[in-house]
Amino acid sequence: MSPLWLLAVIFIVALTGAILGRSRAIGAVDGEVSTLHSRPGYYGSYVFIWTAIPAALFMAALLIAQPFFNRSVVHDHLFGAYESGCQRSLSFGKSNAAILKAGDENAPQICRDWIEFRDLETRQDLVQGVVRNVADGLALLNKDELTKLRAGLVAIRPMMAQKGIALAEDVSAPIVSAAYRLNDARSRANFLLYGGLGILLLAGFLGSYLRIRPALRARNLVEANIRIALIIASSIAVLTTVGIVLSMLFEALNFFDHVPLVDFFFGTVWDPRFQSVGRQVSSEGGQFGLLPLLWGTMFISLVALLVAVPIGLFAAIYMAEYATRPIRAVAKPMLEILAGIPTIVYGFFALVTVGPFLRDAGASIGLSISANSVLTAGFVMGIMLIPFISSLSDDIISAVPQSLRDGSLGLGATKSETIKQVILPAALPGIVASILLAASRAIGETMIVVMAAGIAANLTANPFEAVTTVTVKIVSQLTGDLEFNSPQTLVAFALGITLFFITLGLNVFALHIVRKYREQYD
Amino acid sequence: MTDLSVPPAQSTAQMPRDYGLKKRYASEARFKLYGMIAIGMGLLFLTLLFVSIITKGYTAFEQTKIQLSLTLDEKILDPAGTRDPKQLAKAIRYNKIIEPAFYQAIGLDPKDKAQKADRKLAKKIISRGAAIELRDMVLDNPDLIGTTQSVWILASGDVDSFVKGQISRQTDEKRRQIKDKQIAWIDALLDQGIMDKKFNSGLFTFGASSRPETAGIGVAVIGSLFMMGIVLVLALPIGVAASIYLEEFAPKNKWTDLIEVNINNLAAVPSIVFGLLGLAVFINFAGLPRSASIVGGLVLTLMTLPTIIIATRSALKAVPPSIREAALGVGASKTQTIFHHVLPLASPGILTGTIIGLAQALGETAPLLMIGMVAFVKDIPVSPLDPATALPVQIYMWAGAAERAFVERTSAAILILLAFLAIMNISAVLLRRRFERRW
Repeated sequence: MSPLWLLAVIFIVALTGAILGRSRAIGAVDGEVSTLHSRPGYYGSYVFIWTAIPAALFMAALLIAQPFFNRSVVHDHLFGAYESGCQRSLSFGKSNAAILKAGDENAPQICRDWIEFRDLETRQDLVQGVVRNVADGLALLNKDELTKLRAGLVAIRPMMAQKGIALAEDVSAPIVSAAYRLNDARSRANFLLYGGLGILLLAGFLGSYLRIRPALRARNLVEANIRIALIIASSIAVLTTVGIVLSMLFEALNFFDHVPLVDFFFGTVWDPRFQSVGRQVSSEGGQFGLLPLLWGTMFISLVALLVAVPIGLFAAIYMAEYATRPIRAVAKPMLEILAGIPTIVYGFFALVTVGPFLRDAGASIGLSISANSVLTAGFVMGIMLIPFISSLSDDIISAVPQSLRDGSLGLGATKSETIKQVILPAALPGIVASILLAASRAIGETMIVVMAAGIAANLTANPFEAVTTVTVKIVSQLTGDLEFNSPQTLVAFALGITLFFITLGLNVFALHIVRKYREQYD
Repeated sequence: MTDLSVPPAQSTAQMPRDYGLKKRYASEARFKLYGMIAIGMGLLFLTLLFVSIITKGYTAFEQTKIQLSLTLDEKILDPAGTRDPKQLAKAIRYNKIIEPAFYQAIGLDPKDKAQKADRKLAKKIISRGAAIELRDMVLDNPDLIGTTQSVWILASGDVDSFVKGQISRQTDEKRRQIKDKQIAWIDALLDQGIMDKKFNSGLFTFGASSRPETAGIGVAVIGSLFMMGIVLVLALPIGVAASIYLEEFAPKNKWTDLIEVNINNLAAVPSIVFGLLGLAVFINFAGLPRSASIVGGLVLTLMTLPTIIIATRSALKAVPPSIREAALGVGASKTQTIFHHVLPLASPGILTGTIIGLAQALGETAPLLMIGMVAFVKDIPVSPLDPATALPVQIYMWAGAAERAFVERTSAAILILLAFLAIMNISAVLLRRRFERRW
């Protein structure tokens, strides 16, 4: 039975229990509900919680642990079977050490299998997959077919194919026996699952049902459980952060096993040589210098901010200080539409409209502008950032106390002088914070640069040339058929954690500035 | 009040003094103008963006089709006469029906050996997906075999682009995808009304395809719907529960402070980082299938949680304490107060925040690239564990395709995505207007 069905069964049993518990509570006071400690529904919920939660937790734990357990069962069995099979097949004259060298073409097939299995993790994954497939297939066979198979009357591969399971390669005896083992382990785990579920459901139900008395403080017990659930839910946010940091740190550390820390953070050349799947990682796996990518990111972000800051800031000033109510009511949401458009749309806009336009415009005045230049990506990203700056700055400028304006105007300053010399200095921390937040957006932005920026890492200060960014490289290193444990893929996590900490730093700094600013007027 | 104390300004009339007022007023006007220009530029960019996408995309909602009268000959389709679906599924047999009918429509002899080169050229006018469409029609209703049907079949992508005027007649024939002879046939067909532009329903139902005329967003929309469903089912309860705890129960201590800082920061973490998390945790560690919408849904859930939590908390905060005190006063427990009184009153705000969070998640692309949703998926997924793509990812993949006809399809897909987003955001605004209560 699939987990979903099991969950449904648990739910139905617990619901029945809840209904029984409720009526028992009512029955215990002969229908005089007011003499119960809690409303009858709480007695039902109490039974429900005690019936469903332990069973569901047990099921979840078992389902999570089972694959790991099965894997180790298969692994141990295969290891033993390969080893003994290999030793049996060897002529006794030769010593083991002489034969069991890696890549020995003359060794018997089973010994080569064993060596591969022992030394290569990818091979282990592959074999585990084959064993799982064979086990699935064996489970589909009926008794007659099984005896035929055992007696060696039919080959296993066509038989599996007949059952709709395609095997990538011919399976050897150890794999078939491992598959039998796996099926044994599976049926034992199923037995444990059903037995455990039955016992827990029954025990949970009886334990809670029999405790129901008019004086039982059911509401408090139920509410305590609700509170635990709420705490768990609010911890998920923390768990996500922990998950982000740990998962990326773990993979990044793997990467730093291959490439020294200094070479990554201070290298000026980005040249990861791609390797195809299955080949051994060679000693010279390419160069992974972060600096060109970081420079590209900063350069594009800088151009974006050069577009977004003046436009956003002036728009904010106009909306907060000059615009009439109707204009503001139209202009502000219109600009905020820019923030709601998915970045992929901006990327497409840059790719098919802005890039070619800038290239042609450059060509007409004798400049050679690459279609995916810094300018294109930066400009379009700047458009995207306008509302981030305008909206936040608008709020902050509007929050400057009216008394400051009145004072300045009363002294004879014009409106623009008031803005420039009184309001902007007062709002400066908030404006800086909004710019920092926009910068952090720009640095972490992916789709625009993936579509509109270059792919070659380039340390150039020419805005008409193409550069690449950290996010582009994360995407390009991870989309393709790459072996997962090569530095070429793992570098994405090192880049990711760098990106995470840069943006985190900017955000924390910006929030810090905003908080400090708030204290001035409260 | 102070009028009297100001001396009458006599001297200024005789001797105008330069306070630099003109300059100051000019600078004032300039400053105001800058503001107007800034807003104007913002709106201009917005307009340009929409105009550029709409002008490129609206043509994709029509597709050139050719009306042929096809005799579904049993001898060709089902020589054995068993109506075995496996036999009927052989697409090549349907070509044998479509091609001769088409040759006749343009005045070629299907058998004449001298016209072989012409026929080869003519064949390129019809899409290779036409046979598959016809096959699906017959598989749905095998009774059609033996009858003669008038069917609109797909024209190929290049012909479609030509009919829409995207391939110029002026281009040198060698560099033009459509040759002069084909143009003559197409013009004739257009004059007779046999070839015409019809509503492109395939755009909404087809899956991935390397041929533009048979490529559609069907798979992507289903994938996106699955993901939105997962996000809604997971993020809404978890987000609301977390906000209730933080807003109503949590004691002020370091732990809750940490959670609070965390949520604010998570809202600003680049989306691609969530993709890396999904790859490392859900795919490599938990072993969930790549390209499946369940992984995408989980990743987007984690991304949407902060948005929902922040919105829910402000909605809870907006419920006045008098409500809580009244409930507590008549004997409700704290939990009852919150679940029976505060939460219902806060629900419009929560719903608005959830819709906005969902809209964000719907447009998100980068994390989905990380978990392998850039897959070539032809078949409509039936469960969240099947490989699928998402609408923005489909846009990304089409944007990288070389054919001219894919540009308009990309724009059309963007228009559809934007329409979804607009509907969601407008409904959020309407919801807020309708149910917002001032206390």
